[in-house]
Parts: sequence; C-alpha cells; structure tokens
Amino acid sequence: MLAQAQKAIRERCGLIRFDNVGLRYGLEPEVLSDVSFHIPAQSFQFLTGPSGAGKTSLLRLLFMSLRPTRGQITLFGKDVLSLDRREMPMLRRRIGVVFQDFRLLSHMTIFENVALPLRVRGKEVASYRRDVSELLDWVGLGDKLNALPPVLSGGEKQRVAIARALIDQPEILLADEPTGNVDPPMARRLLRLFIELNRSGTAVVIATHDLGLMEQVDARRMILSNGHLDVFG
Amino acid sequence: MSDQDHRSPPASPIVPPGNIAGQAMALVVAIMSFLACLTVGGVSLVGQSAATWQSQISREATVQIRPARDFDIETALAEAQAIAADYEGVRSARIIGREETLGLLEPWLGSGLGLDELPVPRLVVITIDETAPPDFAAMRAAITEAVPNATLDDHRAWVGRLVAMARTTTLAGLAVLALVMAALVMTVVFATRGALAGNHEVIEVLHFVGARAGFIARQFERRFLVIGLQGAAAGGAAAVAVFLVTGFWASRNLTSAENEQLSAFFGDFSMGAIAYVGVALVVVLVGALTMVTTRVTVLRVLYEIDEKRADPSL
Repeated sequence: MLAQAQKAIRERCGLIRFDNVGLRYGLEPEVLSDVSFHIPAQSFQFLTGPSGAGKTSLLRLLFMSLRPTRGQITLFGKDVLSLDRREMPMLRRRIGVVFQDFRLLSHMTIFENVALPLRVRGKEVASYRRDVSELLDWVGLGDKLNALPPVLSGGEKQRVAIARALIDQPEILLADEPTGNVDPPMARRLLRLFIELNRSGTAVVIATHDLGLMEQVDARRMILSNGHLDVFG
Repeated sequence: MSDQDHRSPPASPIVPPGNIAGQAMALVVAIMSFLACLTVGGVSLVGQSAATWQSQISREATVQIRPARDFDIETALAEAQAIAADYEGVRSARIIGREETLGLLEPWLGSGLGLDELPVPRLVVITIDETAPPDFAAMRAAITEAVPNATLDDHRAWVGRLVAMARTTTLAGLAVLALVMAALVMTVVFATRGALAGNHEVIEVLHFVGARAGFIARQFERRFLVIGLQGAAAGGAAAVAVFLVTGFWASRNLTSAENEQLSAFFGDFSMGAIAYVGVALVVVLVGALTMVTTRVTVLRVLYEIDEKRADPSL
C-alpha cells in the first residue's frame, strides 16, 4: 500500500516539484520569485536564461544546498522544508551534480574522484573497480585512471565531474554549464553522453546559456528571466 | 582478491594531509602532554615521599624531658625509658646520649658546647610496632606522672599536616592537569575549525555526494587522532627522559649537603611505577580527547553549515 501511495505521489509530482518558490539573499530583492515547475522521471530539460538570472541559485535549491525563503519544494515525494537534516544525505545520493567549476579533489586521482560517491557509501574498492574503470572508458578517460585533476584539460575535468555524478546511477542529473569550458566538438560529445544517459532512464537538467547546444536537442526548456520561470515543452 | 587489487596503491585520504598544520599542532600537543606528564610525575613523587615520611614518623614517638634546677635528668631519662619499654607495642626505647644530643645541636649552636651550661631538653626515642601501636594516652599519663618535666610526642600532629599537605599537593596537581587538558581541548577545537575552513571544498564535495555527517567527522577524526597520539607520545617520552635523567643525576649527587636535604624530602628522586603508568594514561587520554574533541567540533561545524543553508545571505 505504502509503495503504491509513494508511486502515485511521484507520478503526480515528478521527481522534483517546486510550488511558488521564492528566494532572497538577506534583504535584497528576490532572486527567484513564484517559481513553479516539476521534473518528471526520465525527462530531459534545459534550464536557461541570461547571466545572473538565478540559474545557479535554482540548481542549489534543487540539490538542497539552499533553502527557499518561501514556497514548497518536494524532492522524491518529501517536503524539503520539513526534512530532517539526517535524511538529506540519502536524498542527495539520488541526485548527481556536475558543477561548472568541476569541484574535483585535486589530491585524489581521477579514479578516486569518480569513486568518491561509492566510497562515502562504505563500498569496498574491489566491488566498484570495474564499474569506475568502465565509466571512465565510456567518457573517454580510460587511460587516465591514475592522473591527478590538475594535469587534465578543462574538457577532461568536465568528463570526470560527469562520471562522478553518474557513478551511482542517480535518478536525476543536474549539470551547471557542462559545456562552458570545452570546445564545440567536445560540447557535442558531452551532449550525446547526456542523451545516452537520459535514454537509460535518468532525468537530466542542464543549466546553460549556449543556444547552439539547446538547438541540437528537442527538449523541454525552462527559461529564467528576472527571477521568474517559464517552461516550454 | 585479483592481482590488480594487490598492485593498487592505498586509497588517498579524503582529507589531504597538507591542508592541516599538523606539525605545529603536534608540537603544541607534545608541549601540553609534557607538562601534564611532569605534573603527574610531580604529584606521584610528592605522594610517594609523603607516604614514606608518614610511615617513618608513625614508626617513632619521642619523650622530651626539659631540664630544671636541682633535677637529675639522667635518672628521669632512665625512668621514662623504663616506663615506655614496658608497654605492649613498643619495640625499643632508646635514650639519646649526651654526645648524640651535642651532634644534633652542632649545626645550629656550633661545637664545644657544655650541655650542663645550657637548658637543653633530652630525648628518649621510642620505636613502635606500627601494626599494633601502644596506648599513647596511658603511656603519656604514666610518664608525666613519674616525670612531671616530660612530654610525650607521638608525632600525630606532624602526620596530620603531612597528609594534609600531600592531599593539597595532589589536588593542586590535578587542577594543573585539568587546566592543561582544557587548554589542549581548546587548541584542538581551534585547529579543527582551521582545518575545516581550509578543507571547505572537500566538505562541500562530500556533502553533495551524499556523505553523512558521521562519515565526514571520521575523516578528520582519524587525521587528528594520529597527530594527537604523535604529539602525546613525544611529550610523554620527553617527560620520561626528564624522570630518568633527574633520578640518575640525584643518585650521583646525593653526597653533597644540599642534596642530602633534598633527598630527605623527596627520597632519591626515582619515580615509582605509578608515574610511568600515569604518563601512559596521559598519552592515551590526550589521544582520546583529541579524537572526541575533533568529532564534536566537526559535527558542530557541519550543523552550522546546514543552519546557514536556511539563510542564504550568510
């Protein structure tokens, strides 16, 4: 019964649901105002808008790095505002995040960076060695398992960050300007990677202001402007 | 396990070692531990010496007979000796002879004294069976009845004072120990907060890949436990070295007059086993304290990070 009820809520709300969400920093005007949308399971969408429109703030709300000033956010059927802080890690494990600045740990090898989500879940190296190697092969970095992030190019770092976000098969992937640091051929390659990932069942949200990238895929568009969100598609 | 597993290097620590001023902290912990171990050693030395004094003093009692005009002090001494020797619990009663009395007074009054010219009291030293001491009240009454100029001193006042002094010293030592430990806790708190600030990016990454607060705390806990144990072991080893060197030096220099006085107070300066056990306990305690303090601090800082999340302006 409980499982059926949870399934019904998820089908109605999607993986993530925002209802009239507002966000302000201190006494400043609202960065986000009355933002309402939902992200269905296995969907693909771009989040776009001019610089400073609030894309990064919205992404931070999505992975619980910020709390909204008002409104309601439902993540996997749970109200984020009334969530116990001890429950947050379990929800975060269901979300993969790719940051614009990668956030790779420079003292750890590429292999260790990608395996980090599994390591914090208490898994043994032997249990995930093959998976991590295969994923790094898939993103074209199979020959750099033991390299350290500082010696990689921007595109390579981006792919490591993507691999880290995907290693534990999240239900949703959030990517902040994933093609911002790479040349067009690499951007197309990364986009193909996201599409392939989406076909395998993961919902994808890509925050970008790269119109060329968005034109390559027929996907939902969430456009932020002056703190308001419009959803097309 | 596959061959590849055998070849693979150990996993890098999640908290990079270079981000923590580990050597400086280990040095501070070493100094604190050294002071704590010296305090433990000092308390143990005083306690040991006080026990020795107490035992030596309670093994003896003294009859003091004051001279008076037309009073035969030698007869009185013999009488007091005989009365004391008759009591059960008295092993022996010995009159301090004239020559020995002069010897006792020589450091203060010089040589060549005539005892008859000065009103110097004379003593009968009574050696007591510590396990079954005599009835001092009855003995005192009997002696003063036979020799009105006599007083019996069973050294209880001295023993009482020594016990009080030893207890006070022990309490003072424990207070110093508590202060040193409190300073250590504060040092670890500041160092941990500094380390967390220096590792903010690591914590943030761990946060968004779904690490629990306990997991993050453990990463810092391990690092600081190693630093704490290294520092504590170094401080403890330095304190043990001081104990050994002091003991060796004292044993070589006990012949001088100053050192004889020192040894009368503190024995031969050799630390008992309890001092070494105390040093080991301090090392373990400092390690445990460092670990617990780190854990509490990290959890507190993570809680603060989560609280800040509630107000994005912070």
